[in-house]
Amino acid sequence: MCQVGEDYVDPPPRECPPAPRPGRGQKCVKCKEGKPVVAVRAGDAFCRDCFKAFYIHKFRAMLGKNRLIFPGEKVLLAWSGGPSSSSMVWQVLEGLSQHSAKRLRFVPGVVYVDEGAVCGQSLEDRAKTLAEVQQILCSISFPWHVVSLEEAQMTSITWLLCPRSHLILHVARAHSYSKVMTGDSCTRLAIKLMTNLALGRGAFLAWDTGFSDERYGDVVVVRPMRDHTLKEVAFYNRLFAVPSVFTPAVDTKAPEKASIHRLMEAFVHRLQAQFPSTVSTVYRTSEKLAKAPRESCAEGPQGPRCLLCLCTLDIDAADSATAFGVQTSALSQMPPSTLQAEAGIPTTPCSAVGGGPGCCGKACGREGDSQPQVIKQLCYSCRANMKDLPSLDPLPPYILAEAQLRSQRAWVMQDIQEYLIKDSADEAETTES
Amino acid sequence: MPAPTCASCHAARAALRRPRSGQALCGPCFCSAFEAEVLHTVVAGRLLPPGAVVAVGASGGKDSTVLAHVLRELAPRLDITLRLVAVDEGISGYRDAALAAVRRQAARWELPLTVVAYEDLFGGWTMDAVARSTAGTGRSRSCCTFCGVLRRRALEEGARLVGATHIVTGHNADDVAETVLMNFLRGDAARLARGGGLGSPGEGGALPRCRPLQFASQKEVVLYAHFRRLDYFSEECVYAPEAFRGHARDLLKLLEAARPTAALDLVHSAERLALAPAVQPPRPGACSRCGALASRALCQACALLDGLDRGRPRLAIGEREHRGGADVQGTRGRAQAAVQAAAAF
Repeated sequence: MCQVGEDYVDPPPRECPPAPRPGRGQKCVKCKEGKPVVAVRAGDAFCRDCFKAFYIHKFRAMLGKNRLIFPGEKVLLAWSGGPSSSSMVWQVLEGLSQHSAKRLRFVPGVVYVDEGAVCGQSLEDRAKTLAEVQQILCSISFPWHVVSLEEAQMTSITWLLCPRSHLILHVARAHSYSKVMTGDSCTRLAIKLMTNLALGRGAFLAWDTGFSDERYGDVVVVRPMRDHTLKEVAFYNRLFAVPSVFTPAVDTKAPEKASIHRLMEAFVHRLQAQFPSTVSTVYRTSEKLAKAPRESCAEGPQGPRCLLCLCTLDIDAADSATAFGVQTSALSQMPPSTLQAEAGIPTTPCSAVGGGPGCCGKACGREGDSQPQVIKQLCYSCRANMKDLPSLDPLPPYILAEAQLRSQRAWVMQDIQEYLIKDSADEAETTES
Repeated sequence: MPAPTCASCHAARAALRRPRSGQALCGPCFCSAFEAEVLHTVVAGRLLPPGAVVAVGASGGKDSTVLAHVLRELAPRLDITLRLVAVDEGISGYRDAALAAVRRQAARWELPLTVVAYEDLFGGWTMDAVARSTAGTGRSRSCCTFCGVLRRRALEEGARLVGATHIVTGHNADDVAETVLMNFLRGDAARLARGGGLGSPGEGGALPRCRPLQFASQKEVVLYAHFRRLDYFSEECVYAPEAFRGHARDLLKLLEAARPTAALDLVHSAERLALAPAVQPPRPGACSRCGALASRALCQACALLDGLDRGRPRLAIGEREHRGGADVQGTRGRAQAAVQAAAAF
């Protein structure tokens, strides 16, 4: 593959020779005894037992080296029915059983999200899928939860902007789980990294694709399958009969974002065919990403967070030329109240939500005018996604309320700023800067 | 259906729609907006201080032509002087025609032009000779790697010759976006850690370099050149089809079809990448042979040329038996061996 070494030297790209198939007379490259059944990498054929050991070891090593899950902790396994998360649930099942070497010692539960409503599945299909799901769930010994879109009464906006996460988080919080495990595989994360890069989420890649994601505060999301490629998962599931349920793809209403994901997926698979280490290269680069805020970030590491994705805002209006670029392209289309908000001119926030009782009337007589307040509190990529939504969809009340609350707090702080006596430590900082 | 009116002056008929925003503008208003945005990039980024002598990397192509034209318009306001520096890589047929375009431009703009040739700077090696040398090993794609390294060196030399304090190149948003994609796909963490900003400040004696067109989309560069009726050379380098960048370019085109602001979104991402400290490139020192900026004993240009001279062009790039699957350790080891061998000379 066209892959570079740590120094600036570029090795030439090279087409790989075709992977040798496990042929007659060949032995497993690991134990040199067993009959090879799986070619993990080109030229590396493992026998069934060695492959199982290799696969399980990866899972345990990922958990072990990160040391984030402690014994007795409640961990919610997010199961989509798909191969990777099914494999993950299976690993946990086996890992908890008495006879496994070094038993896993956390307390798991499983959550399955029924996306049938958003998929446009027919009622019969939904029922059929759910029946399959429950059959599998009944066979496992730990607690399980099935939630669907209607039950949690979340609106379609949140769904298409932060698919599944809010719902799973809700379940985790409701039942006191402190960790959520998702089944994202190496392949899936490599694609996600490239997709998020293209969506303008360069600042958040370490959280979006790393082992742990702490943005929600009380619940930490971990990704134990991130070292397993989709190919390995498929092999394992087939060899060891891991049950899974086919669920159709979510039909999201944010066409741009979904199509960027789809075309990135197609591109990566195409490139992988020509340069077989594409996925592993991208994955290795993702391991080198740091969870660091920009040094020049005006607000510091505890700065305001995006309303939708909860990552620290990555737009500082002052010096970012890309922010300028986005603004100049959008200026012609935004209403004057938005321009004011963008320019930082404080507009008194209305105390009512979305034009309800107590509304001041002139600044936000219509729900559409509370949009500028919300936009100011979104990160770069969430702003871009907002523009992608059909304009008639209203924002859900709880997001508007949060936006209001933050604006009011900021307004109040500004009002009393001149009367606050700063701490001497603060004063020292401001005189130095 | 009548054509819309310009959204800026509300007087003239609109002649184009801006690719990113769809805003309808007349020719003059679009050109003013484009120039204003480049001015903002330079001023907000404090790229070219008053009194700077700016060497413009002029290839004769659309980007450097537009860059030179815009900077020339803005020069009085920025209080900078311009010098054109053209690099002759020695690619017959291609570069001669491009250089002819640069000479015409220099005459029209009345700007001093200096041409530096690989042949003179690098001991007789032209790109055609390099390509012949690397073709023997069955790896013609890597001649683009050579060209990139050597061209930066040549530009630096040319800039020093004319007494410049800063170097500017015409890279546009699409170029930067492609580079980010490419660096991720190839796992070049060191470049990712280095790049993304508005160019390099110039460490260890190297001249500061920047890209004033960094936030302009390629389509707008072409539109600007069209409305200002600029004369430029528009053929692709004969070796270009082999480069890996082509994949990144294809991907960017696909992304832009889905979302017109894709290039800018990628530039934004690149600006905010955070890489672990372990990956940061080491503080550069000086090349033991030519004194230029280098992270090892030999700078990359000297290391590459050394390999060429010894008839083993793959040496500095990283020769290895390929079993399938990347072999980072092997590459690094061999590259280090190459540098050590060269240093022992």
